Amino acid sequence: MIRVNELTKTYGLRKAIDNLTFEARQGEILGFLGPNGAGKTTTMRILTGYMPPSSGEASIAGYDVVKESLEVRKRVGYLPETVPLYTDMTVFDYLKFMADLRHLPNAEERVEETLEMVRLLDRAEGYIGNLSKGMRQRVGLAQALLHRPEVLILDEPTIGLDPAQIIEVRNIIREVGKERTVMLSTHILSEAQQLCDRILIINKGKIVAEDTPENLQARLTGAERVQVRVRGETQDLAEKIAQMKGIQNVQSQGEGLIEFQFAPGQDLRPEVARLVVEAKYDLLEMRSINLSLEEIFLQLTRDDIPVPAETVPVNEE
Amino acid sequence: MQNIWTIAKREFSNYFNSSIAYAIAFFILIFLGGYFVAYMVYLSSSSGFMMDTPDAWQVTGGLLATLLVFSLPFLTMRLVADEVRMGTMELLLTAPVRDYELVVGKWLGAFLFVLLLIAITLVFPFMLNQMVTPGIDQVLMLSGYLGLVLMAAAFLALGVGISALFNNQFAAAFVTLLALLFLWWFIGLPAFILPTGGEIFRYLSVGSHIQDNFATGSVNISNIVYLLSLTGLGLAIGTTAVEMRRWR
Ligand SMILES: Nc1ncnc2c1ncn2[C@@H]1O[C@H](COP(=O)(O)OP(=O)(O)OP(=O)(O)O)[C@@H](O)[C@H]1O
Ligand SMILES: [Mg+2]
Repeated sequence: MIRVNELTKTYGLRKAIDNLTFEARQGEILGFLGPNGAGKTTTMRILTGYMPPSSGEASIAGYDVVKESLEVRKRVGYLPETVPLYTDMTVFDYLKFMADLRHLPNAEERVEETLEMVRLLDRAEGYIGNLSKGMRQRVGLAQALLHRPEVLILDEPTIGLDPAQIIEVRNIIREVGKERTVMLSTHILSEAQQLCDRILIINKGKIVAEDTPENLQARLTGAERVQVRVRGETQDLAEKIAQMKGIQNVQSQGEGLIEFQFAPGQDLRPEVARLVVEAKYDLLEMRSINLSLEEIFLQLTRDDIPVPAETVPVNEE
Repeated sequence: MQNIWTIAKREFSNYFNSSIAYAIAFFILIFLGGYFVAYMVYLSSSSGFMMDTPDAWQVTGGLLATLLVFSLPFLTMRLVADEVRMGTMELLLTAPVRDYELVVGKWLGAFLFVLLLIAITLVFPFMLNQMVTPGIDQVLMLSGYLGLVLMAAAFLALGVGISALFNNQFAAAFVTLLALLFLWWFIGLPAFILPTGGEIFRYLSVGSHIQDNFATGSVNISNIVYLLSLTGLGLAIGTTAVEMRRWR
């Protein structure tokens, strides 16, 4: 659906993005993850036809973003990073204006349906200037969804929102992402993990990693790490778990907490659970912990060592 | 076409939320009204009314032309420059709208607003027509107003074009004002100084087209062509400037 080939954009002498190549398949939610200045916005602006690349090409739904820009823009819904809005218009008038620019039939009904989707129908007659940040974000999202585009490009859709609004916006994205191709950028790793089918990590204009959240986690940490909590003392239990085949790096952390890991793809959680129960312990909780991914992300995107995609650290054990 | 109209409608209704637009409309009407009253008082006192039928251009048209030169830059300054400042340009440039549709739509919105303003000033020739016998020369009045409308079209187009070159609306207004004064008056100066070859400068001066031709009723096709070409030039500058913004 989205195809990007050796895309480069230079501002003056600075390369904002450098030879990016990637794809987003139909129906996929692709996360675009990277620190400030990585080139996320630049890439999205090229894809949405806002500006041309310096070299390389990109296409959406088979249309070239430079040569067939108008066709691309018809098929893309875009939420820019700054969520630009006309503050002196009402929500309804603004969306009606954008709907008219897209020649939507029954524009008024469509605007109302879309406001319903982002749960903003009650503010339709209010001025945009009087809305809170979260509401404006949802107006921007409504604008991107008006024409039910095949492809949605969302630049940091949850930035600056409170936790409740973040959850709400994520739910909307998940909902509309069911049958659409979505590309969203974020700094927040857990957001990308929760929402996305695939994650692309970009740093200083280059892709440093690209995979599904699970594989990325596994590749980056070299293992899946799990924490169990049981009632009572755990010393002998930790030893028993450590003796199981495939289990590594067991740590007993007191108060009934034990951490262990196993190779990705070989899910040993059921076996461990059985062992705990057979050893006559009360199993209170078992969960995956992803903390180490955050650390790896920081390491991948650290300024001093550029890490090419091929040399993503993989634990060989 | 539809996009041009959508954008024009928004810009047109925007002027009714704009204090600058209200202020300009107010001052133009106050100036014209004051001048009209003063003129009437002068005529009735000096000559026992109507010894020589005044034409509408003397009473309002000429002053209106001058007022437009000074006020149109403030109606066009924000059209593109302010979209850039607010970031909404990103919205328009990623909507399925061609760059020229954007520029022409903005121009058309401003033009419709100024047409409305010019239409309101028709009350003065209308009142004059009621006061004098046998009435004013209506052909002369229409030709004068045709000139005003074409001049407004050209100056607004240049204003939109210049607005697209700037990120700051006040810079755009200032440069537009200089450009309009230049075209209205300065460029015609060499015609008075040069012994020969001054005709070209007279042709380039919008003021001379308006005052020597439209106001006197001796309009020919070249007057109209000149003002329409200026309109086209302004819109072309605007479109090119918007395209250039993408490449930055
Ligand atoms: N209009 C511009 N002119 C010059 N340089 C620019 C421009 N826009 C972006 N850059 C530079 O390009 C690089 C990439 O910027 P970009 O905005 O794409 O990053 P980003 O990943 O979106 O960052 P953030 O997370 O802060 O939004 C940065 O170094 C930035 O300074
Ligand atoms: Mg950005």
